[in-house]
Amino acid sequence: MGFTLVVIIRWQLAYPGSPVPYIGSLFGTANAPGGIVLPEFYNQLGAMHGTIMVFLGVVPLAVGAFGNYLIPLQIGAPDMAFPRLNLASYWFYLAGGTVMLASFFVPGGAANNGWTSYPPLSDLAPGTGQTWWLVGMAFLINSSLLGALNFITTVVQLRAPGMTWFRLPFFVWAQFITAFLLLLAFPPLEGAAILQGMDRLAGTSFFLPSGLAVSGRPLGVAGGGSALLWQHLFWFLAHPEVYVLILPAMGIVAEIVTNNTRKPLWGYRVMVYSLFALGFLSFIVWAHHMFLTGMGTAVSAFFQTTTMIVSIPSVVILSSLILSLHGGSIRFTTPMLFALAFIPMFGIGGLTGLPLGLATTDIPLHDTAYVVGHFHYLVAPGTIFALFAGIYHWFPRLTGRMMNDTLGRIHFAGSLVCMNVIFMPMFVQGLAGVNRRLWDGGAEYAHAQGVLSLNVPMSIAAFALAFFQLFFIVNLFASLKAGRQAAANPWSATTLEWQAATSSLRVYRNPYEYSVPGASADFLPQHLPADA
Amino acid sequence: MPDALAAHAEPHGHAHHPALQHHFQTMAQQQEAATLGMWVFLVTEVMFFGGLLMAYLLYRVWYPEAWSEGSLELDIRMGGFNTVVLIGSSLTMALAVRSAQTGAPRATVRWLLLTIALGLTFLVVKFFEYKEKYDLHHIPGPNFVFEGPQKDHLQIFFSLYFGLTGLHALHMVIGVSLLSVITWMAHRRRFSPEWYTPVEMSGLYWHFVDIVWIFLFPLLYLVDRAHQLS
Repeated sequence: MGFTLVVIIRWQLAYPGSPVPYIGSLFGTANAPGGIVLPEFYNQLGAMHGTIMVFLGVVPLAVGAFGNYLIPLQIGAPDMAFPRLNLASYWFYLAGGTVMLASFFVPGGAANNGWTSYPPLSDLAPGTGQTWWLVGMAFLINSSLLGALNFITTVVQLRAPGMTWFRLPFFVWAQFITAFLLLLAFPPLEGAAILQGMDRLAGTSFFLPSGLAVSGRPLGVAGGGSALLWQHLFWFLAHPEVYVLILPAMGIVAEIVTNNTRKPLWGYRVMVYSLFALGFLSFIVWAHHMFLTGMGTAVSAFFQTTTMIVSIPSVVILSSLILSLHGGSIRFTTPMLFALAFIPMFGIGGLTGLPLGLATTDIPLHDTAYVVGHFHYLVAPGTIFALFAGIYHWFPRLTGRMMNDTLGRIHFAGSLVCMNVIFMPMFVQGLAGVNRRLWDGGAEYAHAQGVLSLNVPMSIAAFALAFFQLFFIVNLFASLKAGRQAAANPWSATTLEWQAATSSLRVYRNPYEYSVPGASADFLPQHLPADA
Repeated sequence: MPDALAAHAEPHGHAHHPALQHHFQTMAQQQEAATLGMWVFLVTEVMFFGGLLMAYLLYRVWYPEAWSEGSLELDIRMGGFNTVVLIGSSLTMALAVRSAQTGAPRATVRWLLLTIALGLTFLVVKFFEYKEKYDLHHIPGPNFVFEGPQKDHLQIFFSLYFGLTGLHALHMVIGVSLLSVITWMAHRRRFSPEWYTPVEMSGLYWHFVDIVWIFLFPLLYLVDRAHQLS
């Protein structure tokens, strides 16, 4: 769904003003007369693409699905601590998702203020789309909070006997820290959403400064509010949210890398400590999204310093993953290919973030396509590759069948090439000064002319990317029906989710005892007693 | 639910407390998990009100005069009375938990009913406070009327007043509903010294809502009174 929206966006950017083929007539004349996307509709697409991908796509999949399924299995717990809260969390998610998607059909369409919903624009946006966005977000926030609460309690209380903290698989650690981020970061946004809702519905002016005028006429509100307050409350959520997107991905990649190199994870403890550092630091970097707001050099200096510091633990984790490869006998399975690609892709995303974290270089780059390229490298070939890796890796555990390797490899190669063709030129465009969120991709601006032609291959790559996802979808459903039968532990893994469940499960070992010298097998599962 | 669990006990080959859920090993573990979960939930609540108090902080620093004028507009007698009522309800709540712990179901029901009564008293008083503001046109929005130099900024003060106390009142309504269910369960003799987790958890929530008010009362009603009196 989120991807469909972006495919329409890319059509518009490559061929501004041309009708969208095939599906253009479905949008209705209010949005796209003759299949041509109107600017207002384009803004809805942009805002909802971001919202859907982040809050309805990646977070529920990475945290909700993988976390819920694997945490109890990996720690040897019979279930999550609060199964009913879990169900409530799912219903909240469904309600939030339904409200979000249904808001496309209300008069005036869905929210069109960007996924960040900055006031005063979002306070004053006509139609009810933005209000529904706030309602949807409230549901999604409560869903995440209940989930996070459940994860924390489960990991603290329901570990199997012998599963000490430093015997936890890295994936569980990543989810555990993620749960804390969700827990602490989301509530202030919920508060902010209520304030924005009051501004829109009850006539307050929390985020509306004095002296506002729309179309030359002064606005009939009391004013005196602060638009920046929203930005602070929003980014206090949304920066930790970035780590919510990336930590579970790191967890998945770490599991797959160590399993497919047949080696213990290099620097397991240091990686865990790095997670702690990341989790803590992610709460004190938020204002690096706001260097352009004129908040003063002292504040900027503080936030650029913390931003530079927060990159250290990320580098530690990434380096540990690379060092884990060293000297391993690597099996190039499909999940491993995705996991291997994650490392350099995430690296590109991370390194291109450094200029954005420094106030001086952020000023020209802010709000350009460069930013879009930067965070898409982190979440698209970064997090989403990790999620694909996870699906290929744990599919046999879930269904008892293997996914097809050939289709998986085509899916991998196609996605890798296409993603780079899409996102790499964004850096070029951004450095040339092309702003993001432009309806015509910048065709009206003289400085954009030189890089405008890049939009065509980027968009073609986006369509091709959509095509390569078919291999994945076909693979998923075909393997479900007719995949090769999988052994109980097809990847010869050590962690508990692959071991037969017994009621008297006990843990004796560290999570990744691969290729232990002198051992009878090249892997020693965690529940194997020491004398076996 | 307990019947279903009791029926389950047989295939297990052992009997256990009917309230023990299957994925917990012991009652103590279940109790600890519930307590941890509740505290974690309260952390999210602290962050939630924390974000709103951040907004309060910002505007109070920006508009101290409006704040001092606005706090004088609030009815300190009703607010003070409500503060006493809520603190009293925390005491009766604590006594209800204590009674459940010692296995005195009649006392548990009595203390819970008293807590509910105090909670409802708070809400009724709050209603009359809101009504007074409504009559004076102190509700922010197009019909807001206030004579004085701080007119516009007082709207922000009143917006925060209604936002914060409104959300607090919503928490009170949820709390009273929760306690009604618990009271019914206590009346049906569902709790025992081995299992009174729901009473204790509701108590934690109730105390939290109480504490929020302990913050709101001085921040909204008393913020500049000492200065005005001197």
